[in-house]
Amino acid sequence: MTLADAPIGSEGCVAEIEGNDDIALRLLEMGLIPGTEVRIIGSAPLGDPLELEVRGYRLSVRRTEAARVILQS
Amino acid sequence: MSTVAKPAKTLSVALVGNPNTGKSTLFNALSGSRQRVGNYPGVTVEKKTGRLEIDGRPFTLIDLPGTYSLAPRSPDEMVTVDVLLGREAETPSPDAVLCIVDASNLERNLYLVSQVLELGLPTVIALNMTDVAAEKGITLDVAQLQTQLNLPVVPLQANRGKGLPELRAAIAAAVHAGPPQVANPLPEKFQAEVTALGQLSAAHSDPPLPRFLLERLLLDTSGYLAQANLAGVTPELLAAIPAARQRLQAAGIPVPGVEAASRYQWAASVLKGAMQRPKERRKNSSDAVDRVLTHWFSGTIVFVLVMLAIFQAVTWIGEPAGTVIDWFTGLLKAGVVAVVPEGALRSLLERGVIDGVGGVFVFVPQIALLFLFIALLEDCGYMARAAYLMDRVMVRVGLSGKSFIPLLSSFACAIPGILAARVIENRRDRMVTLLVAPLMSCSARLPVYQLMGAAFLPDKSFLFGLLHLRALAIVGMYFLGIVVATLVAWILKRTYFRGPTPPFVMELPTYKWPGIGTVTHRVGEQSWSFVKRAGTLILAVSIVVWALAYYPHRDADLDPALLAEQQQIETKLAALPPEEVAAAEEKLSAEEPSEDQLPTTSPIDAPTPSDSPAESKPSEPLPTSDAGVLLTQLQDVNNRIAGAHLENSFLGQMGHAVEPAVKPLGWDWRLGCAAIASFPAREVIVATLGIIYNLGEDEDESSPVLRDTLRNATWKGTDRPIFTIPVALSVMVFFALCAQCAATLVVINKEAGHWGWSLFSFVYMTALAYIGALVTYQLGTWIGL
Repeated sequence: MTLADAPIGSEGCVAEIEGNDDIALRLLEMGLIPGTEVRIIGSAPLGDPLELEVRGYRLSVRRTEAARVILQS
Repeated sequence: MSTVAKPAKTLSVALVGNPNTGKSTLFNALSGSRQRVGNYPGVTVEKKTGRLEIDGRPFTLIDLPGTYSLAPRSPDEMVTVDVLLGREAETPSPDAVLCIVDASNLERNLYLVSQVLELGLPTVIALNMTDVAAEKGITLDVAQLQTQLNLPVVPLQANRGKGLPELRAAIAAAVHAGPPQVANPLPEKFQAEVTALGQLSAAHSDPPLPRFLLERLLLDTSGYLAQANLAGVTPELLAAIPAARQRLQAAGIPVPGVEAASRYQWAASVLKGAMQRPKERRKNSSDAVDRVLTHWFSGTIVFVLVMLAIFQAVTWIGEPAGTVIDWFTGLLKAGVVAVVPEGALRSLLERGVIDGVGGVFVFVPQIALLFLFIALLEDCGYMARAAYLMDRVMVRVGLSGKSFIPLLSSFACAIPGILAARVIENRRDRMVTLLVAPLMSCSARLPVYQLMGAAFLPDKSFLFGLLHLRALAIVGMYFLGIVVATLVAWILKRTYFRGPTPPFVMELPTYKWPGIGTVTHRVGEQSWSFVKRAGTLILAVSIVVWALAYYPHRDADLDPALLAEQQQIETKLAALPPEEVAAAEEKLSAEEPSEDQLPTTSPIDAPTPSDSPAESKPSEPLPTSDAGVLLTQLQDVNNRIAGAHLENSFLGQMGHAVEPAVKPLGWDWRLGCAAIASFPAREVIVATLGIIYNLGEDEDESSPVLRDTLRNATWKGTDRPIFTIPVALSVMVFFALCAQCAATLVVINKEAGHWGWSLFSFVYMTALAYIGALVTYQLGTWIGL
C-alpha cells in the first residue's frame, strides 16, 4: 500500500521510496526514509495535497508524490 | 618591508539554515541596517550581505537562501554550494559557517547540519525557537547536545534578541578553531568510492573537483550535476559514476537512499539522550489553529476572507496613493512653472521628469502594503497553508499553489505581484507566473474600461436591473485576462518551460506570532529595492516618451490662423486692466472643470462638431466678465495648439504611420497615437486622448466633456463616427491584454534576469492585444453592434 491510498487519520511506517528523481530525493531529504512513522492529518479542501506528520513536524505532499511512498504492510 | 600594521582582515561567515527557522530575523539582528542586497550573476537568487563587528573585528555575514539540503538540483541551489565552497567569484570564501536550526524540529534540521559539516569549515550552531520546542513538550539538554555534536551550540530566541551576545562570541571563537572533528556518516565503502573518484578527478582536471562535489555527483541521481557544466566535471568522471553506483548497490548501499538513511541515523545518534520528544502527542495551540485553518469548510472561509482583505487593501491603497502623488507632483510642477520659463525645459521637467518620478513612486504604497501582508502571512506560517489550500486549483494550469498569491496580487497591480513571485523556488514555475501576471486586469486598466464603457455602451440592464451592461463588460475584461493567462501559462509550461513537475513536498511550519521587526524590515527592503532598481529605467522611459510627444515642436508646422487667433486674444487680454484679468483667472480656476467652459467652435478640423451637446444647452452660465470670456477662449486655443503640436510630433507621426495597421481594429490615428503614448502606463491614454482632442491634459475618465467629445469624433472629412460600440470594446480588449506599462516590463527584466523576457512579454502581449481587438471589432461589426 502507498501513502496515497492510506485513509486520512491513519498511521503507517515507510518501507521504501520509489524512484530516483527530484521528488524521490526531496521525500528522502525531508525524512521519509524506511522505518519512519507517518500520520496522515488531513487533506486540502479539494482533496489534494495531503498534510502529514513526520518526525514531529507537518509536511504537505501531493497525492501523486505520496504514491511514491510505499508503506510497510 | 613596510612596518605599517595591516588592518585586521575582514572575515566572512556564511549563514545557512532550513526555511522557517528565523534565519532572516537572525541576519537582521546581527547585521542591523548595515546590509547590501544584490543578485548573484546569472541566476535570480538574491545576494544579501551584512557587516558586523565583534570585539572591534570586522565580519561579513553572507545570508544564503533557506534550504533543506545542500544537494543542488537547480542553478539557484548551486549558488549556495558555490558560495560555501568559495567557488563563487564575487563572494569572499567563507571562514566559518553559522547554521541556524529549529529546536522544535531538530532531526530534520540536523540533516542540513550533517551536510554543512562536510564542507570542512568551522561551524557554529544557533539553536533557535527553543520556546516553541518547550511548548511542544520537547526537552533539550544543550550541554549534552554540544558534546555529542562536538560543535559550539548557542541557544537563541532570535525574535526577542535572546542569546545574541553569546552567539557573537561563539562566532569570533569559531573562526580561529580548526575544521569540525565530526566523522562523515556515510558508510566506508561509499567513502572509498568518493576517494577513487577524487583520484580520477585529480588526474584529469586542475584543480580537481572538491570532495564535497564528488560526493554530490555520486549521489545525484536526478542528473542535474552531471549536466550542469561545472568546472572540474570531466567526461572521465561521469563515465566512472554508473559503475561506482552499481558496485555500491551490490554491496547493499543503495544510491541515493543511503544518504538520507546515514544522515538521519547520525541525527538520531546525536540527539540520543540530548532531546526527548513527549511520548504522547501533545495538543498544542499551533495544532488547534491548524485544524481550523486547513479544515475544508472553516479553512476555505478564512482563506477567502484573507485573500479578499489583501486584494481589497492593495486595490484600495492605489487611489489615495495616486491622489497624494498627484498632489505632490502638482506642487513640484507649480514650482517648476514659477522658476523655469515656458519651453522645452519646462515641458521636460513637468511631463518627463516629474511625471516619471511620480510614475515610480505611485507603485510604492501598493508594493509596501502587499509585502506587509506577505511578510505577515509568511512570518506567522499561513503562507505555506495558502499554497497548500490552492495547490489543486493551480495544478490544473501546470503551476503550484505558490503561484496563487502573486497572481491574485496582480489584479491590484502586476508590479508587487511579479515581485511576490520570488517565493516560488522552482525557476520554471516562477518564470511562467511572472510572465502571465501582467494579464490580470490591474487597477490601472479600470479608467480605460470606465471611460469606454460610460461613453459608448448603452445604459442597459437585464434581469430586473441586476445585471448592468457596462458592469458586465468590465467583468468580461477581468475574465478575458484570466482565461488568456491560463492559456498562456498552459502553453508556456508545455513548450519553453517544459520539464518535470517540481516537488510540492513542503513543510507546513508551526504557527507563531509575526515579529514586527522582521515584517517592517521586509516591507522597507522591498519598497526601497523597487525604487532603487527599477526607478531609473522607468524614469528614462518616461523621458523618451515625453521627447517623442514633444519634438519637433515647430510653430511653423501649425496652422497660422491658430497662432493668429492666440496672438489676437493675448493682445486683447493685455489691453484689459491687470486686476480684472487676475480676478477672472481666479474665478475660472475656482470653478469645477466642467462642461460650462465650452470653447467656441474651432476653425480647424476639430472633431467637435457644431452640434456639440454641451453647447446646445442654453441654460449654461457664461463667464461673466470680458476677461473671463477671453481667458476661456485662450485656454481653448492653447488646447488646440497643444493638440496640433501632438499631431505634428514624432508620436503623432507614429500614430499616422500605424493608422493602416490599427484601422482593422476600428481605430483612427488618434487612438493609435494614444495607445503608443500610453506605453509608460495604461492610464496615460485618458490624458493623451484629452490632449489629442484639444481638451487639455487634465481630463479624467469621469469627465463628461471628454466623453462627449469622443462620442462626437468623426473620421476626417466624413460624418462617420470613430467610436462605435465595437470600437469601444476593441479598445477595452486591447488594453486588457496589452503590455502598456513600462514599470511592469522593467520589473520583469529585473526578476527574470534578462531583458529578453521583457521583450518577450511586450511582444506576446501586444500580439494578443492586437488579435483580441481585431476579432472584437470585426465580430462586433459583423453582428451589427
